Amino acid sequence: MNRVYINGISTVAPHQPFAVEAAGNSGERLSYLQVRKPEYRKYIEPKAMRRMSKIVRMSIVAAKEALQDSSVEQPDAIVTGTGMGCQADTEKFLNSMINNKETLLNPTAFIQSTHNTIGAQVALILGNTNYNMTYVHRTFSFESALLDSLMLISEGEAVNVLVGGVDEITEESHLIKTRIGYYKKEPVRDGDFYHDKQPGAVAGESASFFVLSSQKNDHSYASVDGISTFYRPSGREETAEKVRYFLKENHLTVEDVDFVLMGYNGDTEFDGIYDLLVGDLFARNTIIRYKHLCGEHDASSAFATCVAAKLFREKVIPGLMLKQGRGTVPGKNILIYNQFRNINHSLILLGRP
Amino acid sequence: MPPKVIVTGAGIITSIGNNVDETFQALISGQSGIQSIQVLDTVHNNDFVLGEVPYTHEELLQMAKPHPHKPLTRTALLGIIAARQACQDAGIDLNDGLKTGLVSATTVGGMDRSELFYKDFLHKAEANPFIDTHHAGNSTEMIAEMLEIKDLMTTISTACSSSLNSLMFGARLIKSGMVDRVVAGGTDGLSKFTLNGFNTLMILDKNLCRPFDAERKGLNLGEGAAYLVLENEKSARQSGKTIYAELAGYANANDAFHQTASSEHGEGPFLAMQKALHKADFKPADIDYINVHGTGTENNDLTEGRAMIRLFGDRLPAFSSTKAFTGHTLGAAGAVESVISILALQNNVVFPNLNFRTPMPEPGLTPVTETVEKELHHVLTNSFGFGGNDSSLVFSKVKKT
Repeated sequence: MNRVYINGISTVAPHQPFAVEAAGNSGERLSYLQVRKPEYRKYIEPKAMRRMSKIVRMSIVAAKEALQDSSVEQPDAIVTGTGMGCQADTEKFLNSMINNKETLLNPTAFIQSTHNTIGAQVALILGNTNYNMTYVHRTFSFESALLDSLMLISEGEAVNVLVGGVDEITEESHLIKTRIGYYKKEPVRDGDFYHDKQPGAVAGESASFFVLSSQKNDHSYASVDGISTFYRPSGREETAEKVRYFLKENHLTVEDVDFVLMGYNGDTEFDGIYDLLVGDLFARNTIIRYKHLCGEHDASSAFATCVAAKLFREKVIPGLMLKQGRGTVPGKNILIYNQFRNINHSLILLGRP
Repeated sequence: MPPKVIVTGAGIITSIGNNVDETFQALISGQSGIQSIQVLDTVHNNDFVLGEVPYTHEELLQMAKPHPHKPLTRTALLGIIAARQACQDAGIDLNDGLKTGLVSATTVGGMDRSELFYKDFLHKAEANPFIDTHHAGNSTEMIAEMLEIKDLMTTISTACSSSLNSLMFGARLIKSGMVDRVVAGGTDGLSKFTLNGFNTLMILDKNLCRPFDAERKGLNLGEGAAYLVLENEKSARQSGKTIYAELAGYANANDAFHQTASSEHGEGPFLAMQKALHKADFKPADIDYINVHGTGTENNDLTEGRAMIRLFGDRLPAFSSTKAFTGHTLGAAGAVESVISILALQNNVVFPNLNFRTPMPEPGLTPVTETVEKELHHVLTNSFGFGGNDSSLVFSKVKKT
């Protein structure tokens, strides 16, 4: 495949990567992390905004900002990854259907409940009739969108692709997933994200969009060099083997990887998977955490990609991010490794442009 | 040159049959699966007709024979049944060293169980086993586990075009060399959520739907699952596989007009068909039959018809909508109609557009209304969805070598 560059980035998230007022200092007790409302009005007309759910709003802001950042007006394709899609509208229609016994229903929430509402609304606002795709496979969602985007560029079908990963948290989905142990039962003090002893993770949400391009320019943040996903590995050996194989496929050794972003989420049951890999394979690499900035959610790898791509321009890695190794940049290769409850594992490789 | 992508296996379950043979028999004998509501438990059970797979959850469990301890939704069960057929049909040997992917599509995911238990999800302290089967990737993972496909899996959801898109992505994965073969298609179980949603939009016909008819009143919902096994031509020929067809062209475009309605002249549908032909390196005149999206709604059939005229002019090939057989199977529709298109190609037959009487005043198109024998070489199939998501595929007959 040809090299593909990230030429534009924007994320709407609970905390911006590398922001001065980062997470971990407020001392507040948090049930989950929520995005800080951006200036929606700057990007969306009030009339259009009234019906839009949070996930669509934050996606439009991130998509438009990423395009602006890259100076691309019309992408050749729009590709979205979202694990749960338009959660709030789905709940709204489902609840009124159950409560009203299938009568007196308003179509708006139903219309907007389909997963591809996000990509469709972005296309509608841009007036973009090009390829438009939506991947919806838990923590493989953004990864699949990214793979599709790389393929489109390599096939010559697209020069610039707008690709994003997005998921929203709602009160109800948080409650339900807490019941099955995915999230922590009691709120966690800001700063204790990785140390709280309850099982489960702290949930979050984000929308991160990127303009990928076959063209490198002075503004390119990073190149996207590889992407891989694997499902339910048989154990630590297979996980390590998959990571080694991925690096080998990309002509790298473990030593060549300057930073590894790992999806630690404070879950006492599953963070050990990262620890094993750090102990085994990445004992001498710099390890970076990022989920205290965005919380656990299906599209968190999109946020991680944003952190990693921006890392090439940073000088110092803030304290809570640094799990192991040296706190200074520069580097050449960054690996992102994320896993969801040892079910869905993914690897993304970024390079200095 | 990227390899050709060919179809070596097919599996399907809808209201007109539990497998490919039964589906073919129903199609050539003009037997629709749409009838009064038998399975879905809804207050609307006397108001609408549906293309239901006529089995309860328990009956589908018997048919799917899954692992004992996994909670399975209707969407997953239908998917397992159809995808397993496709793999058996293609004679996939997962130990032959080739890389296999699974690309599946769905719109409602596990909604059929979520809507039954949602109040329990919210209020019962004890965790309901169906909480984590709601997400769209769940049915894909269950299929992957039953069929032991591990190399690559993903799920697509773009409303009614979902499973044409999964076939398209599957083909591209093969062309790019990411995998050697792909099981691709889609599955959607009927739910009250979907029925009520479409009802609020007032686009459901309470009687049998009449695609492309001047008096059409809306669509009938259906359910089902269909999967194709797509392979790299070279490796399939080496192993002496039966080749059903080539997936010769594919494209997706966006109408960028409205979340649910299509633009006046069907810009998205036009672009999807045009680009799919271009990808296959065909002229419009090369197409012998179009299995149209043809839902039976006022808006779709008018704009799809206009888009067809724009592309084909006065040399419009034979066309029919088979949705009056199966109902609109949503996330499964593209794959269901791909199986039907391949059956048409293989048997040189065009299946009828049922319930058609009068052409609409404009663009005044008349579909094929009886089973017609016709030499077919290239077939186009369309699926258009909410969010202006429009896709078209071209299947071609493959010469035996």
